[in-house]
Amino acid sequence: MSESTAFGPICPLPINDYPQVMMAHGGGGKLMHDLIEKVFVPAFHNPLMDVRHDGAVFGVGNERLAFTTDSYVVKPLFFPGGDIGSLAVTGTVNDLAMCGARPLYLSAGFILEEGMETEKLWRIVQSMSAAADAAGVRLVTGDTKVVDRGKGDEIFINTAGVGVISHGLSICPNSVRPGDAIILSGDIGRHGIAIMAAREGLEFETTIESDCAPLSLPVLDIISSGVEVHCLRDLTRGGLASALVEIAEASGYEINIEEKQIAVREDVQGACEILGFDPMYLANEGRFVAFVPEHQAEMTIDAINSFASDTTATRIGTVSERRSADVTLRSVIGASRIVDMFSGEQLPRIC
Amino acid sequence: MKFIDEYRDGVASNKFRKAIERITTREWTLMEVCGGQTHSIVKFGIDELLPEKITLVHGPGCPVCVTPLELIDKAIMIASGPKAIFCSFGDMLRVPGSEQDLLMVKANGGDVRIVYSPLDALKIAQENPNKEVVFFAVGFETTAPANAMAVHQAKKLGIRNFSILVSHVLVPPAIEAVLSSPQNRVQAFLAAGHVCTVMGYTEYEPIAKKYNVPIVVTGFEPVDILQGIYMCVKQLEEGRCEVENQYSRSVQKQGNLSAQELIQQVFTVVPRKWRGVGEIPESGLGLTPEYEEFDAEKRFAVAAYTADEPAECISGLVLQGIKKPNECPAFGTRCTPEHPFGATMVSNEGACAAYYRYRRHAAKQHAA
Repeated sequence: MSESTAFGPICPLPINDYPQVMMAHGGGGKLMHDLIEKVFVPAFHNPLMDVRHDGAVFGVGNERLAFTTDSYVVKPLFFPGGDIGSLAVTGTVNDLAMCGARPLYLSAGFILEEGMETEKLWRIVQSMSAAADAAGVRLVTGDTKVVDRGKGDEIFINTAGVGVISHGLSICPNSVRPGDAIILSGDIGRHGIAIMAAREGLEFETTIESDCAPLSLPVLDIISSGVEVHCLRDLTRGGLASALVEIAEASGYEINIEEKQIAVREDVQGACEILGFDPMYLANEGRFVAFVPEHQAEMTIDAINSFASDTTATRIGTVSERRSADVTLRSVIGASRIVDMFSGEQLPRIC
Repeated sequence: MKFIDEYRDGVASNKFRKAIERITTREWTLMEVCGGQTHSIVKFGIDELLPEKITLVHGPGCPVCVTPLELIDKAIMIASGPKAIFCSFGDMLRVPGSEQDLLMVKANGGDVRIVYSPLDALKIAQENPNKEVVFFAVGFETTAPANAMAVHQAKKLGIRNFSILVSHVLVPPAIEAVLSSPQNRVQAFLAAGHVCTVMGYTEYEPIAKKYNVPIVVTGFEPVDILQGIYMCVKQLEEGRCEVENQYSRSVQKQGNLSAQELIQQVFTVVPRKWRGVGEIPESGLGLTPEYEEFDAEKRFAVAAYTADEPAECISGLVLQGIKKPNECPAFGTRCTPEHPFGATMVSNEGACAAYYRYRRHAAKQHAA
């Protein structure tokens, strides 16, 4: 597209590829998926990356380790139920947990904007320390950079983590089998609405708090209770829908879920109705799905529930024998439809 | 949840499904006017529960979808200006103009902001006196009162750096346009509940009479829609053509009179271009002379600009209920929500996007 013809002759062709990075490329939906497949995978492609999991799993000597990284750019920095610091620790801990690993050590890289109040930084660091204690990990190395005022959003944090895998299971989308029960660890959508409400100054009758919580303890408990876990995935950006679509695509099997089994708190549902959002696509920071053999479904639910105080795990569906790689949902009124990945960010609608 | 769960109830839905089945003796084609209803129908799979004799076609009631290409281009021109803060409801940002969308303007450094109300945009104007704040006033009668209020307030408070880019359209002329098309096959309408909450439903009575069609004012949840369909089919089977109100928990016959008064004060009925359909006389709203200083088209001198829509996109036929989205050769292949040809593929409420998200199987089978 030449600049001089920006509003000149009418081109009947659609915008094929955005020539620039768009916000939606970071939204956890299809555009991000495309960016990974078209830009990052061709450049870095290797067998560990090809597994397409939350972290890389590899052997060192006699040990199997999991390794992952994530960056945190949340706005506002403090929100009901957490802050960028607690998020930076639990997010990376949870990625390790989804590999079935016991998180051991984290690194933290801080990009600070000139002019940020040190008191805020102090609160964030205290919160990271508390979150690390709660998850049983230690922050052992780090880095700090400061950028000119206006070139950052007060603070960006990157954390990387390593964990050790002390079992023989291969927990990844490829291990998913027909007949597997799909367990959802609790109600969905709280983090997305908590952030949205804090960012936009929306007020509801109750304060909706983020579900931000470390998932390593329930996951390790499921594994140690003898459940043969096939796949785990935490529901972050893109929500439950994107996580299930990714697993269906990676495993090749069709996934069938029941809408009425998916718990959404009344206040979250209400906020979604007002904003025109679908809770299936809202971000979470303390929820995951587990794919386990049918006969161990109850055991898995019990293990998760022994750690959860304000929500309960439910079985939301089953892996089908069909190899369509689709996710289908039976709606509350009994009709069935497919669940798609969202293309970009969810945008609040008109009416 | 109060007033949601009871209208998404499987048992109640099933009751209406059976009742519809019981009374249907012939083939009937119904149109739901509003995009919100289309989204519900496809999301909950309501059409799959209906007897084969009943066909639902999707109407022109998605404001994002019917906004003409040239208005999107105008929005992009205005938003690209160095002094502008361009405010819009979220789903307008991804609708493609001739060459760009508003998200690309944002990526290029333009100040494009998502707001939840035109009054938020007015507040931004007060806070940024050196900027020109423009609100994209899109929508049917539902959003007109709030947009009218924003302009009314701006005039009252003397806020000179605020204007609106108006793309307001009206439901009754659209229904008449559908009914007077020689290709029309629609025999009854589910009218849009939220539009009628503002406007009431007396203006639909002459239409029902003139064209001999039942019109049922209907809500947006599965039980509402099934009940609305039941009421339409019952009228058709009994040979009646009346305006009935399914959505009585929100809609009164006269509508919201103070909202209507405000609309009449600020807006006047004008001809409007509908994307994919063309110009329909007396089908939209424009600012009255008293408020035209707040017209962004005049302030930014873009009123004369025109543009034509891509030839391949059949969104006009989809919006008139003549074709289903999956009958388009580009559906799901060259035209997807990531790379839409037309607005019906962009908006959450667009029929093409709803089919793409929930019905790709049907599309695959159709293609095969």
